[in-house]
Amino acid sequence: MCLAIPGKVVELDSENTNLAVVDVVGVRRRVDLGLLPDEPPLPGDWVLIHVGFAMSKISEVDAMDQMRTLAMLGEADAAMEEVRGYGLENEEQDESNQRLKQ
Amino acid sequence: MRFVDEFRAPELIAKAGKEIRRLADPNRHYRIMEVCGGHTHAIYRFGLKDLLPANVELIHGPGCPVCVLPMGRIDDGLSLAGQPDFIFAAFGDMMRVPGTHGSPLEYKARGMDVRIVYSPADALKLARNNPEKHVMFFAIGFETTAPSTALTLMRAKAEGLRNFSVFCNHVTIIPAIRAILDSPDMRLDGFVGPGHVSTVIGCRPYDWIAKDEGKPVVVSGFEPLDILQSIVMLLRQLRKGEARVENQYKRVVPWEGNRAALRAMAEVFELRPYFEWRGLGFISQSALKIRASYAQWDSEQRFSVPGLRVTDPKAAQCGEVLKGVLKPAQCKLFGNECTPEQPVGALMVSSEGSCAAYYNYEHRKPVTIASAAAN
Repeated sequence: MCLAIPGKVVELDSENTNLAVVDVVGVRRRVDLGLLPDEPPLPGDWVLIHVGFAMSKISEVDAMDQMRTLAMLGEADAAMEEVRGYGLENEEQDESNQRLKQ
Repeated sequence: MRFVDEFRAPELIAKAGKEIRRLADPNRHYRIMEVCGGHTHAIYRFGLKDLLPANVELIHGPGCPVCVLPMGRIDDGLSLAGQPDFIFAAFGDMMRVPGTHGSPLEYKARGMDVRIVYSPADALKLARNNPEKHVMFFAIGFETTAPSTALTLMRAKAEGLRNFSVFCNHVTIIPAIRAILDSPDMRLDGFVGPGHVSTVIGCRPYDWIAKDEGKPVVVSGFEPLDILQSIVMLLRQLRKGEARVENQYKRVVPWEGNRAALRAMAEVFELRPYFEWRGLGFISQSALKIRASYAQWDSEQRFSVPGLRVTDPKAAQCGEVLKGVLKPAQCKLFGNECTPEQPVGALMVSSEGSCAAYYNYEHRKPVTIASAAAN
């Protein structure tokens, strides 16, 4: 659980400034930017995500390195399961997800 | 971007292996501790030991949050879970960790409301969505995870959310390293420092290890090349008789850490006078408790917790393995009574636990890329 997952900021949440939509290998989830107030990430920036929070800004090259590390460690599936599991989506989306499942 | 399952620069890995053999004095035995469980996992998975000469020994450190949590804390947390209208939320890593009367997963099977969350913020959301229930987040982790819990508690307080609390088991890495260095049966030459903990605390907190204890520390990334380069950097220092803190993982770890994360931790947490660690016993000022200003959101201040002290199953030698005194396979239960499928001790549960890593990669002896690179 100490490994961090790289993701690319897609857009900032217009209602909650602490949240941003981040893309991790094609999966989009909301993550919390509250631990990076001194240099808030912007769309297009890469961040390292840990337990739903962006921990640091990194370069694209380093993001790729981190992806490779996770894959080599056999943690890619666990990382994707974690990202898919983040439940910070807004309610309407949750409901549509529920409908999809049913 | 995709996940790419390939080795970075295999020729550099072979070169680093050669450099390690060149630097290591054949008349000396080196004992290097990798503090972080993520490094332990990587070392076994890639068979990095095969690239090291016999006199460069890696000792596995205490940096696995699930492993160092004593069973009494799990029992304490689960003792609250039986209350009516109560949700026990924890990371997936915790779910199979045995308590005296079963793991969280087994409590769930018995009908208690136990949920896996992937973020403390999701536990908070559970509380928002279930106003008639109390949601307790069973928090574990070193400084990598503690800031996220802190920020979640700040959000709970700002929202005035009353049906949420945190059972805080956050621990700090520095006192654990101190305890290991103070332990009389442990002689170490240097440390491969934790990677992601250091994104939060930075590199300065390790200064005393170099200055007062005279042992080099190299904060390291997680790829095979990162770990081997860190060992090269440690051996170079040892050869010159130096002891400094170096940062091999500059691409991710800023020297000063993440100040905002440290501020959030300081706002919400204070140091416990002491805390029990599995294997290491009571270590003073080694864990975080929730400040009085957040008492309403502290499960331990809000509910009555038994404060259990439970010794590990007798035959299990988790403590000795955690301290690096025994190798995983030297434990009597290893691989027969205790396996990843049926774990007796926490070190067999987490992928960062040295027993699980040893069992999955060493015990079953796969062909490793590192052993191929060594040839």
